[in-house]
Amino acid sequence: MPSTAMNAAVSIQRVSKRFGRVQALDGVCLEIGAGEFFGLLGPNGAGKTTLISCLAGLTRPDSGKVSVKGFDVQDDYRQARRQLGVVPQELVFDPFFTVRETLRIQSGYFGLRGNDDWIDEILENLDLTAKAETNMRHLSGGMKRRVLVAQALVHRPPVIVLDEPTAGVDVELRQGLWQFVRRLNGEGHTVILTTHYLEEAEALCARIAMLKQGRVVALDSTRHLLERFSVHKLSLRVEAADRLPEAVTRRASFSEGYLNVLLGGVEEVEPLLAAIRQAGCPIRDMRMNTTDLEDVFIEVMSGQDAARPEAAR
Amino acid sequence: MSGFRTLLYKEVLRFWKVAFQTVAAPVLTALLYLLIFAHVLENRIEINNLRYTAFLVPGLVMMSVLQNAFANSSSSLIQAKVTGSIIFVLLPPISYGEFFLAYVGAAVLRGAMVGLGVLAVTACFAPLQFVAPWWIFAFALAGGAIMGSLGLIAGVWADKFDQLSAFQNFLILPLTMLSGVFYSIHSLPPFWQKASHLNPFFYLIDGLRYGFFGVSDVSPFISLAVSAAAFLAVGVGALRLLRSGYKLRY
Ligand SMILES: Nc1ncnc2c1ncn2[C@@H]1O[C@H](COP(=O)(O)OP(=O)(O)O)[C@@H](O)[C@H]1O
Ligand SMILES: [Mg+2]
Repeated sequence: MPSTAMNAAVSIQRVSKRFGRVQALDGVCLEIGAGEFFGLLGPNGAGKTTLISCLAGLTRPDSGKVSVKGFDVQDDYRQARRQLGVVPQELVFDPFFTVRETLRIQSGYFGLRGNDDWIDEILENLDLTAKAETNMRHLSGGMKRRVLVAQALVHRPPVIVLDEPTAGVDVELRQGLWQFVRRLNGEGHTVILTTHYLEEAEALCARIAMLKQGRVVALDSTRHLLERFSVHKLSLRVEAADRLPEAVTRRASFSEGYLNVLLGGVEEVEPLLAAIRQAGCPIRDMRMNTTDLEDVFIEVMSGQDAARPEAAR
Repeated sequence: MSGFRTLLYKEVLRFWKVAFQTVAAPVLTALLYLLIFAHVLENRIEINNLRYTAFLVPGLVMMSVLQNAFANSSSSLIQAKVTGSIIFVLLPPISYGEFFLAYVGAAVLRGAMVGLGVLAVTACFAPLQFVAPWWIFAFALAGGAIMGSLGLIAGVWADKFDQLSAFQNFLILPLTMLSGVFYSIHSLPPFWQKASHLNPFFYLIDGLRYGFFGVSDVSPFISLAVSAAAFLAVGVGALRLLRSGYKLRY
């Protein structure tokens, strides 16, 4: 839930960044609390990677402030970077080294020597133990991706950022990866995730920000987003439908013997059923379809005024 | 400073794993120069009372140090930038000063290894002396550091391998070749003698020769002063570039 600046894992204040004629970030404000599992969603080019780069000190924003665990990413970069583990979007690797060498070197960059116990544990969890002595060049794309995850974790960062980590990873590995990331979140790590798979975000993230053209256009808990945007469709098979009151039929349509009513929220179900009962129409069958994050996403992204989160609600 | 240690270690490991290309090949190149030039010129030329082969060795050693120090930092950086693996050194808490020291340190080590290799193989063909070993050490270090820093600047600046090889072929190679590796500048016409004095590599090679034979075209103190000034210039340039985040942190 929205947290105070004191215990925020990540604080992003009015961050803007322009690349030539592209306004990649346009006054982004976000606070992510310690221990959250946070989703950052948006279409390609929305600015997700740029925002993560600002967080990691890879990009210097034109204006605004970014801090991790209270440490400013520019002024206090050493501390800020210790708090942060980033899995980059691009599938990058250093072809000179084996998996273990890669992880030992990455540990060393953070001043960690003799980190092998933890490295072994990460390898085990990411199902890479058998590949520990294999050169990076000889790994499949999915394995390289998992090594990137491992590299981000060598220094046990309290805040973990994953930029589309499941792109190009097969289903089984995805499951394994999520299990591991969930466990890390359970152990207290803050997790920030961008993904194209909205069902993943829906299943994993407790809170979500949606980005469009460098602006935050929606920011809420996943549950609220789903409720707020959802158009529940209630399908009923009723007898003596001709007796239904105007108030019901006005917002309904008939198809294949079913009366379909669009509802703004679950709270509208009870009054509707009451009205039907009062009209003396027995209900023989009932189905309810709820929207998923995909619908919400499309709704938000097609919103006319993307600037104000309220407008998207 | 532990980030520095690991970065230095990684940079050394990087070239050491392919030492056949990064150390053995340049040693062979230098040996070929020695054999060919010595065969052609050995009995015709004597410089500063030295046999030509002996005169040539320090020049070849320094040329190898310079070219390989440059190649090490520049190619490591451009490769990391092109493949994107540069991110692994940008994410950790490594300061730009540590970054500079690690890349330049590895370049100095590669230069020194190649230089020692060249010395070892050419020693079989030429009578060598080591009149002032500290001067040898000082100029080899200065040469490696100057070129390691310059390679760092070039590696940060270049976006493609082509740009880097242009830098190498049109700047570094001519300057080293024309710095008195193969001749004493006293044999040149006055204008070119003057021009050579503007080439910082001339002082490195002349100074290194002093270390071996105790004779040189200019005083080794002057050479060392010029070399130190050159290092200061490129070193400060490289550090400022890194601090600004130019082409590394957008
Ligand atoms: N280094 C860069 N130079 C120029 N334009 C960039 C750079 N990085 C990102 N952009 C532009 O900024 C916008 C946001 O990109 P990005 O943050 O990668 O989006 P996302 O990760 O949401 O797909 C895009 O229009 C992209 O082309
Ligand atoms: Mg992206």
